[in-house]
Order: sequence, then structure tokens, then C-alpha cells
Amino acid sequence: MTRHRGRGMASINYPIGMNLGGDPSQALVHSNPSGKFTVALSSIDLGQGMKSVTRQICAETLGVPVEDVYVDTADSDTGPHCMGSFASRGTHRVGNAVMAAAREARGVMMEAAAEELEVNAADLETDGRGNIHVKGAPHRSISTKDVAIAAQFKQGKTISGRGIFLVPLSNVDPETGEMSPATCYAHACLVAEVEVDDETGDVAMVRMDSAYELGRALNPRLVEQQLVGGAWMGVSHALYETPEPYYPDPVHGPRDFVEYLMPGPGDICPHDIAVLERPAPDGPFGAKGPGEMCANPVLPAVANAIFNAVGVRIDDLPITPEKVLRAIKAQGGARPQARR
Amino acid sequence: MSKIPLQFRHNGRDVAIFVDGGTNLLVALRELIGDMTPKFGCGQGGCGTCSVLIDGELHLSCLTLAETVAGRSIETLDGMKQGPNLHPLQRAFADHFAAQCGYCTPGMLMAAKALLDRNPSPSRDEVIEAISGNICRCTGYEPIINAILAAASGRVSA
Repeated sequence: MTRHRGRGMASINYPIGMNLGGDPSQALVHSNPSGKFTVALSSIDLGQGMKSVTRQICAETLGVPVEDVYVDTADSDTGPHCMGSFASRGTHRVGNAVMAAAREARGVMMEAAAEELEVNAADLETDGRGNIHVKGAPHRSISTKDVAIAAQFKQGKTISGRGIFLVPLSNVDPETGEMSPATCYAHACLVAEVEVDDETGDVAMVRMDSAYELGRALNPRLVEQQLVGGAWMGVSHALYETPEPYYPDPVHGPRDFVEYLMPGPGDICPHDIAVLERPAPDGPFGAKGPGEMCANPVLPAVANAIFNAVGVRIDDLPITPEKVLRAIKAQGGARPQARR
Repeated sequence: MSKIPLQFRHNGRDVAIFVDGGTNLLVALRELIGDMTPKFGCGQGGCGTCSVLIDGELHLSCLTLAETVAGRSIETLDGMKQGPNLHPLQRAFADHFAAQCGYCTPGMLMAAKALLDRNPSPSRDEVIEAISGNICRCTGYEPIINAILAAASGRVSA
């Protein structure tokens, strides 16, 4: 028995969102008399940080502290329409909608403040700490709370805004089949190192090194958690998970979660990640979104690493020990490839 | 079917309930006590999200007959924080982004507490072994392992 080391690489282009129906999402923003703001959405936070990142985008656009913004989401009874949390679209699509809504609300807030301070709204700016003041004259100031109270009880104005983000629908050219399925692409490159046992066909992850280009990382810690966890989902798809191991024959399929194979904490490996930020022209503050792209480069990189280790090319997922062993036997033994 | 009277300690408080024969502890805790912190995942001991401590020992509440805990002491995530203060493990999980969707988190925290209660300075391998009965979909385990090691060494924000 020998354990062979192998290294494989993969690079990907990943579209953010999709083009079907223009892929719209909406957001509504309004102030409460306390001077705090509520963002109404129906987009789902699955744990990826949608609530945190839309809160940041709203606060930044309004020019108020992030503590003053509350995101009320995940209920289509109380929030405006969203296509959903998929296709890595949340930060980009919903973020753009929130930004548009917050921009409109900010306009009303500045008008209301201008009325209170008896100046032109164009001469006002926010300090990001909950105050609005005359440019170059910070003492001519009013708090967002006082503006909200004045708008509500004196001026009869709603400090609110509506936002939607819609990509113009791209139809398929009937002659060439050409279309623009997305407006924004993220990129990644990942190198996987594995160890393959030529007696059992077992593949163990040794390490991963990756670079992800995802526009501006609006919340670097959330991006990091997505990349760490998402890459591991990629490993899981590459080596472990399937409802039908002998597809299309349904035999030996897992009948429940006990039999559905997933990696445990003892199967992980070190993963060194570089985040590259190239702001997207049409993203909120330049953001694209890590999303599904976290997992995608891992699968081909692992398949390539297995080829590099023992010379077998498995193009059927997941790459189980059985498939590796059968392929090694079919070619008459492991044939380690050159290490690059 | 006649109900069986059952008394035990739940997070330091005496509780008394009536259960049907065959009721598992997870159902008793969630539906009769109202403690929703132990989660129902697979219902057959494969995922660990229903983990609780029985007399300080880690158990899967979905595979434990409620009747067997009579007179014993049950700890769940609901009893972990002290008043308004998070337990150092909870703090560490937050600091290290060790939760995403959060469904495995109650079980992970109980498994971690069972470990640190008997071994306050575990090695990385001991942490991995301690949570190896718990499945996580989102995090890739790394942040969870780091959080438990941080809590063990007292590297936790106030």
C-alpha cells in the first residue's frame, strides 16, 4: 500500500445573479420617530449574513450609524418582493435595492433637516454619527432623531424610500444563441493537495490554497466565514455527498441523514485564503458576492489533484474510494503524474 | 395509554411532567418543558444537534427515553448563560463566527461544554474528537474548533 500525494488546480468565472425575468429584488426603508431606520425586505438570511450586510449598506447610504438601522426580513407578508437567496445574488441584487431605497429616504431626511435648519438641503451633510449639519459649519447641526420627530409630528413627511434592482432582460439571439446571462462576474482559483491510498482508494485532503476575487468585501469577517465553510462544502460534494451513489440505479442510496455521508470535524485540512477586491461597477459599494462560488473551484481542483496523485481521471461525482480503486485497477496500478 | 409521572432537574430547576411511555427526552424537553434549545435534526442519533448533558455527561436526547432521566440532572443550552452574561463558550462562538445557520450550534455548544467541564485545556485533536458526533453544514468546522480552543484558553472578549 502506498499513499500518493497529488496537487490540482482550478480557476472559475462565476456569475452573480441570473438573467431570468431580470432577477429583481425590492427594498423599502423608513424612519421611525426615534430616528432609527427600518429596512423591509423579504430576502432570506440563511446564515450567510444578508441581514448584516444590508444593514451596513443602508447605514452607509443614509449616513447614519449602523446601530440605527434595523433589518426586518424573511417575511413576504411584510416585505416587498425578492427573487430569493440563490445564485450568489443577495449582496449584489438586494444590496443595490437597499441602496436605492436608502438614497431616496436620505433625500427626504435632508429636506426635512433643511427645513428645520432653514438652509438649502444641498448645503447639508451627515456625520455618520447620527447628526446632520451645514457643510463647513458643524455647529449648525440637528440630530437625525430630531429630524425624524419634526418630519413625523410637525412637517407631516414620511422619511422613506423605495428601491428596486432589475437587470434588463437579455433575450437569446435566435441566430447565434448569444445572450448576457449576468452583468457581474466573480472569480476564483484554488489549489488542492490530496493524498490517495492506492490500496483502499481513500482520498484525504491535505491542504487548500485559494484566491477569491469578489468585488469589495463589505464585511470581511462574513466573507471569510463564507469562504472557509463554502470551500468545505465543495470538498463534501467532491468526495462524499450523494443521494444516489450508483445513479441512475437507485441502489445503496442513503435512506436518511445517518447514511448520507458528510465530512466530520476530523476530515478538515488547512485552507489558506487570499481575498482580492476589485470593485464591481454595478455592485453596491463595489460588492459582488462570495456565495456559491466558495464551493465551485474545489470540485475540479480535487479531481485534478487525484489525477496528479494516481493518474486516474474521475469525472463522476462524488469521487468515492470505490471509483478511485476501480479506476486504479483498470489501468493496472497507480501512475503518479509529474508534480508541478 | 396511562401517563407516567416524571421528575428531574432541568438547568438547576426541579420539573415535574407526565409523559407517555416511550416518549424520548428531546420531545419531553421541547414539547412538555418548552425548552426549544435542543434541536430535532435526524431523530436517530446521527447529527448531534439534540445533544444535552445528563448528570454532566453528553447524551443524544433523541435517543434517550424520557423515563430514564427520573431524578437526574439535565443541562441544555437554555441554561448555559448566567443571567444576561453569555457563557465563555457562547462568547467565543460569536467572536469566531462559529455559527452560520445556527442549527448545529446548540449541540456543538453542549458537546464543547461537556469537554471543557472534564478537560479545561484540551488539545486540538481532543476538541475534534469531542465534536465528532456533531454535523455542521455551513462552517467547515474550523471556526468551531478555533472557538472552543479560544474559550479553553480564556481568549474571549468580555
